[in-house]
This record gives sequence, structure tokens and C-alpha cells, in this order.
Amino acid sequence: MSAQTERLNRHGRPILYGMAMDTRRCVACQACVLACKAENEVPSGGFRDWVVTEVRGRFPDLSAENRSERCNHCGTSPCVSACPTGASHVNDGGTVQVSRNRCTGCKACVAACPIGARYVHPEGFVDKCTFCLHRVEVGRPPACVEVCPTRSLTFGDLNDPDSEVARLVQGRRFHVSKAEAGLEPHLFYLD
Amino acid sequence: MASKVSRRQFIGIGAATFGAATVGSGLASDWWGRDRPHVTRPETDGDKVVPTFCELCFWKCGVLAHVKDGRVTKLTGNPLHPLSKGRLCPRGVGGTGLLYDPDRLKAPLVRVKSRGEDAFEVVSWDKALDVVAENLVKIRDTYGPEALALFTHGYGGSWFTHLLKAYGSAAIGAPSYAQCRGPREVGYQLTFGAGLGSPEAIDLENARVITLLGSHLGENMHNTQVQELAEAIGKGAELVVVDPRYSTAAGKARYWLPIKPGTDLALLLAWMHVILTEKRYDADYLATHAVGLDKLMEHVKDKSPEWAWPITGLKPELIRESARFIASARPASLIHPGRHVTWYGDDTQRSRALAILAALLGSWGRRGGYLVPSGMTVPAFPYTAYGRKPKSPPDRGKGDRYPLADETLASGLCDATLPGQALYDLKGWIVYGTNLVQSLPSPQRTLEAIQKLDFLVAIDVLPAEITGWADVVLPESTYLERCDDVWAPAYKQPFVAVRQPAVEPMYDSKPGWWIAREIARRIGLSDYFPWADSTEYAMHRVKAAGLDCDALKRTGVALGAAAPCCEEDGLGLAFDTPSGKIELYSEQLAALGFDPIPVYRPVEEPPAGMFRLLSGRAPVHTFGRTANNRELAELYPENEVWINADAARALPGFEDRPLASGERVVLVNQDDVRSNPVKAKVTERIRGDCVYLVHGFGHTSKGLGFARGRGASDSQLTTRVVVDPIMGGTGMNVNFVRLERAEA
Repeated sequence: MSAQTERLNRHGRPILYGMAMDTRRCVACQACVLACKAENEVPSGGFRDWVVTEVRGRFPDLSAENRSERCNHCGTSPCVSACPTGASHVNDGGTVQVSRNRCTGCKACVAACPIGARYVHPEGFVDKCTFCLHRVEVGRPPACVEVCPTRSLTFGDLNDPDSEVARLVQGRRFHVSKAEAGLEPHLFYLD
Repeated sequence: MASKVSRRQFIGIGAATFGAATVGSGLASDWWGRDRPHVTRPETDGDKVVPTFCELCFWKCGVLAHVKDGRVTKLTGNPLHPLSKGRLCPRGVGGTGLLYDPDRLKAPLVRVKSRGEDAFEVVSWDKALDVVAENLVKIRDTYGPEALALFTHGYGGSWFTHLLKAYGSAAIGAPSYAQCRGPREVGYQLTFGAGLGSPEAIDLENARVITLLGSHLGENMHNTQVQELAEAIGKGAELVVVDPRYSTAAGKARYWLPIKPGTDLALLLAWMHVILTEKRYDADYLATHAVGLDKLMEHVKDKSPEWAWPITGLKPELIRESARFIASARPASLIHPGRHVTWYGDDTQRSRALAILAALLGSWGRRGGYLVPSGMTVPAFPYTAYGRKPKSPPDRGKGDRYPLADETLASGLCDATLPGQALYDLKGWIVYGTNLVQSLPSPQRTLEAIQKLDFLVAIDVLPAEITGWADVVLPESTYLERCDDVWAPAYKQPFVAVRQPAVEPMYDSKPGWWIAREIARRIGLSDYFPWADSTEYAMHRVKAAGLDCDALKRTGVALGAAAPCCEEDGLGLAFDTPSGKIELYSEQLAALGFDPIPVYRPVEEPPAGMFRLLSGRAPVHTFGRTANNRELAELYPENEVWINADAARALPGFEDRPLASGERVVLVNQDDVRSNPVKAKVTERIRGDCVYLVHGFGHTSKGLGFARGRGASDSQLTTRVVVDPIMGGTGMNVNFVRLERAEA
């Protein structure tokens, strides 16, 4: 699919892919991590997504939050700005992608990414979450969304007010990674 | 890096929705990649997709195996299967890590040195099976067939169960009973006239309050239950979690009760006290369906939250408030029955207390509570009737111990192997798919028993510790390489599922049905194995059930008509107890000399400087059987010992430098058994009187190239059990450990 074509949704607005991650439902099982690795042939030692459990407080007054994390496909995309070869680029649906054929493995993007979403593939290029664009463009959800036994992950078009993901982001309280960095992230952690 | 796949291959399953926009875009060619950004497309969709069911744990979810060029590329959930509903737990996804484990058993082995030295020679199947046959005949001729026992876990075990019955022995035990869920089955049977079986037909999805007592759902990944738990949370259900550890579920709970280990029964009695004295129970339901309410009221009248406070360490307000909260949602207030419940030896009584509490809430046979399951009828394959009735298995010692055990005790079979301990001695073991060195407590005793055997054959996929103690080791194909019997459990949605091979058996491994038949053939039991292969067997049953074989092979599962499973569906409740009612007071127990209503009795406390050892699960592992699975182990390579942060600061022996997370310690139990060095996890998430290990680590088998030596084995430290006098379950949370800094 050509990266230059801007696809419009049925409301005439450009498609903007995003994900809502429900921290209340998630049990931190890591099925998302394994499904991603299998789907995308992520090599041993590399991860396109990962799970964080954050516990606060002192015994017995504790609180916990589970998050399935990955590239936020940020609107400001510092990785794209940092890339000297144009390998990191904004692709369909506002997703941030890496062209392996243009990547020299210089790691400027790795340094620029505030959430640590990227790793260096053993074959020399930088790799990260694609939002499973190869599945999305044929109408299937990303592998992590499909496998999740708790249905914590919802993927879709943020610019379609009728999409489940847009409704969740509209209707629920959420927080984002590195809010202070102003990244315009497209991954929302529902409280 | 241009993709070399043809477009037809790539389109695969998603062909119908593959948009016209991509056609003709030059996807597969190299020339346009030079100047336009190009995103590489993974090609893991199978050319062939084989529906089957999982064996990474006992839940047996429906999976779709994607096969490409003869390799399984990935496993996804079967959307049609009621246990997976299109989704899998991490273990299910990681099944390929078992199939392609480089440490798999690859050929039949026969022992060459003394037993336990783990020295074998590779032999042909003919040779190995001849040795097995010769020994089974010798045991049958010398001692009688009953001297042979089968230990089994996993669905492929059915072929060996059949073999043993044909051979003439009833000594068939699974550690999943007396070491796991047995007390629960008996406790619920006594109360409601029905156990829960597996998968449990509980209605988490429609519950409004869910109470977990020692169940760490979310860390144990019973896929369907976790799915329903999340659905319930999504719909606004609240959790009450009783656990000395701040489990994943506790992190989501409205009330977390960090109870002192071993005092759950006191809490349950206090909850009943609040619900009964404040008249928050379902009086109409109990009047219609239950007996013994007056006696129960009398029994708990002085078991106030104030009484339970010093016992449990839980403040009276917390007990009272949580009891009211639980009662507020009845009958859609689900008391989760738990699964691994062999803790203190009074486990049948604690399970009964859970059942009684559920009865007070009117939740048995009600939506949001316990559903009454039904199954599809799948007639048996017609084979020769078994011969004379064998003697009862010798798993109950010399007399009439454990009167209400309704399955064979695996631990009892092990004991009966030590000469003179039981009604008769066992002389041979067939061990299928269960690593008895970890799945039974007191491995020291298990190994002592093994040394008394005339013969031990182990059938397994991996070189688990037990295989190192066998005389013959037979390498079985994994679930992805074989067809097994069909599965049609009783559940809220009746179904029949098939297991079919996705790929050919690797190495010189063979499926279990073939191994069992070849042994049978050699010992004159061919008549019992008249089928050509397991597919013929399975499809014969499918046809006899009136189902379409081809359709079932295509979909992996057939659904039956859902029968009413709760009162709201129009089900009339009936209870298979002596009174025909829910027994809050059990005459059956009274007649046997047991407490007719559960009584709290204190358990032994850890001495100063020691901690109670508790164990549980990690979501990416099943017991010890996945510790060597590289795909899963990448996410959880070894267990850690959880210790409370304050307790860690006050640890004796660590005065010069307090214990920090990540440092290695050795656990030393009350019998001076020392663990492998294991990482400490110093945390606020656990009480200060206990420590916690995920079960299934600390492997010692030299064949387990990845798992060997990683983490500590809780089984090894479980040198002591308290046996449940009602049904023989081995309570294992009665071991204490102290911590020593591991030498660098």
C-alpha cells in the first residue's frame, strides 16, 4: 500500500489508527507479547510490545496497574525527526513505520524514542511495533488485540467517532506515556 | 528486504477482505522499494490451518495451528471453541516452543547403569517395547496385574488408562486429585451432591461480586475464566480477594484481605456469622433447598469478626464490611471454588465452608453463581469388556483410611511402593506425562519408592526428572503431532472437540495411542486395541454421536444444544446428597466421625526466623512442564522468592547488609533441605510471615538444557505434608524455610 495515499474514513476524515489499553481488565499475562512475537517473527531478545505492572504504596495499602505497552505511534514522532535516512516515517493511518531497506541501524531513533519502543534486530535494522498494518489493511486486528484473553486492547480509527476505540477514549478517563513530553501518542491507558 | 512471497500466498486466509487498493502496487517486487518507504510484511499465516486443542495445560482450549512448509508458524485461538473463544493465554501461544524444543526426547532409551544415574542407550522402538512387554508380563506372572500402577496427567493418558484396565489393574492415579483439586470436589459433593470437575461451570461473567480465596486467577491462566473475569470487571463487577499476597487479582479488588496463612476457615465462619446474624442470607432459597440452617446458625453464633480478628489478623470492620458487600450482590455473588486447594490437611472442610457460604448466598444453580453443566453424549468405542474385576488400588494404606476419596490417590500409590506400607506392594510404574519428582510432595520419598520398583517406564515429551529414574523412556509426540481421543466434557456450553495432528511427528517420537497399542500387542491384549489408528477411533465415536466427521475436522469443535443450567433458565434444582437437599450440616460426615459443620483449628506456626513457604503460578507457565520452553521462558526464565520488605530488613543473618531484590538466597527448610540459589524479590506485596515461590522451577535433569539449575523447587522443600483425613489430600503449605545469602 502506498504510503503517500491518505485514506479517508467514511466521515471524510483521514484515518488515524490508535489503541486503547484497559488497565482494569489486564492481568499482565503477556499473551500479547507472545502473539506479537509469533505473528511478526520477532527474534529472541527483541520485543515489539511488553507488559508492565506498577505497584504503589506500602503493605497493606497498595494499588497496582497493569499495562501492555508498545510504540505509541506518536503524532510528533521524534523518531521520524531523528532518522537521517528516512527509514522511520509516517505511514498509513498515521502509523509510524520503519523501512528496513533504508535503515542503517544507526540507532538515532532508539535514542530519540522517549518510551523505549525500539530494538535493533539481529539483521542490523531497527524494529518496532507496526500496529500490525499488514493485518489491519486486510480487515484483521493486530495480533496482540486478537489474542488478548481479557479484551484489554481495542484498536481502530480515532477519527471515526463511531469506532469502539474512539468511544472508549471519549468516554473513559485515561492517561498516556510521558505526558510531559507532549508526544501526541495514539496509545491510551484507560484508568 | 523485499518480500519474495507470491501475492496468492500472502493473501492467505484474509483473501476476501484484501482490498483492491493493494492489487498491482508492486508489493512483491524490489524496484519500488528504493525510493518509497517500504514496510516488510511478516508471512506467518499458514498455508494450512489445523484446528485442534491445546495441551500446554489441562484447560484444553481450542487452537488453530498455522502450518507453512511443514512447520507450525503460530498458534491462535479457535473462535468457535467455547473455552478459547478465539483467544489464548500465553502458554497456548507458546506451544510451538514445546514442539520445537531442542531438548525433546528424540528416541527410545533403555537404562544402562543403576537406576537414577540417568545413563541410557538409544534403542529401536522394537527393542524398547520388548523390554517393556517383558517386564509387564513378569510383574503380572509374579505378583498379579494389580502390582502395576499408572500415574497419568494430560489428555493423551486415556490410551494408557485403557491399557492398564485391560491388563487388570485399577491402580491409576493422577496428582491432580490428592495434590490439587480433590478436597474441593469432596467438599462440594458433600454440600451440593456434585463436584465441580474441569472446566468448572461457574458463571464469572454474570457475577456482580466475585470472591477469590487463595485463587490467584489471572496468574493461573484458566483462559475462559480469565476472559470471564475481565468481562465481569468490564461490566462493573467488584472483587473481594483473600490472599496473604497482593496477587494480580488483589490489585483489582474492592476489598483485599491479607489473611494470615492457614486461618481461612476462621474468616469463612466469621463471614457466615455476619450474613446469618444480620439476616443477609437467601432465606427462601435455603428454606426450599437446604437442611441444617438452625445447626449452622448455632455453630457460628459466637464466630464474630471480633473472634476472627486475632486469628486471621483481619480487622473486624474489614471482615464485617466485606461480608455485607458479598451478600449485597446475591445470588450473583460468586464464591470462586479455587482449584489447587491442598494446603493444610483440613482442605475438604475449608472447601465445604466455601460451599456453605455459596449456599447462604443462594448462588448454586443461579445466574452469576454456580451453573449446572451438561455434556454431549459421545458413545464409547466398542471394545472387548475388561476381564475380572481387579483388587482395589492399595492407595489407602492398610486399612480404611480416607473414606470419602472418590479417586485414586497418586501419593498413596507412591507410598504403596514402599514395602509393607499398604494392603499390597506395587512393583511397577507406568508414568505418563507427569513429572512425579515435582508433582508429588517429598521428592526424597518418591525416589526412595522408585528404588523399590522392579520396573518403571516413563512416557514423556521432554526429559523431565522422572525420565532419569526410569528403566525405559519412550518419547511421545507432542499434542501438535498426534490425534487423541475426542473430548466432550460437561460444561455450561456442551461441546465435542477433536485433537488432530498439525505436522508429522518429529524425530523418532510416536503418539501415545500407538505406544499403548504396541505394548498391548506384545502382552496378549491386542483385542483391546482393534482400531487402525487414533483417528479411526475418534471418528468412530464422532459418527456414533451423530456428528459430521468432515465438519468436525474442519472446525475442530461441535457445539451441543445448551441445556438450562440455572433457575433463571428454568432449571429445577436437584441435589444428589443423602437428604436430596443442600447439606449445611452433613450427617454423612458426622457418621464417619468428622465435623458435620467445618470447625477452625489452628495450624502449626513457623518458628522464629522462619517463614511459611507458599507457592503458586506464573501466567506463562504450567507447573514445571514449561520451564524449558524457550518462548515462554524468555518472559519468565526463573522463579524468585517473594519476601516482605520489612521482614527482609529484619532477616537474621543479614544484619551487616540487608537483603536486596535480585540477590540470590538459599532456602533451608525445617528438615535442613537446601534449595538451589534463587533470586529474592523484596516486595510490599506479601505478608511478613510467609514467602512465596512460583511452582515448577529448580529443575535438575541434565537433559533440560534451558531449565536446569534455574530457580528453586518448592516441591523439593515440601518434605512434610498434613494429610486430609477425609479424602487423603496432601496439605503442602506446612513447610517452613529460613533464608541464607547464597555464596557468590
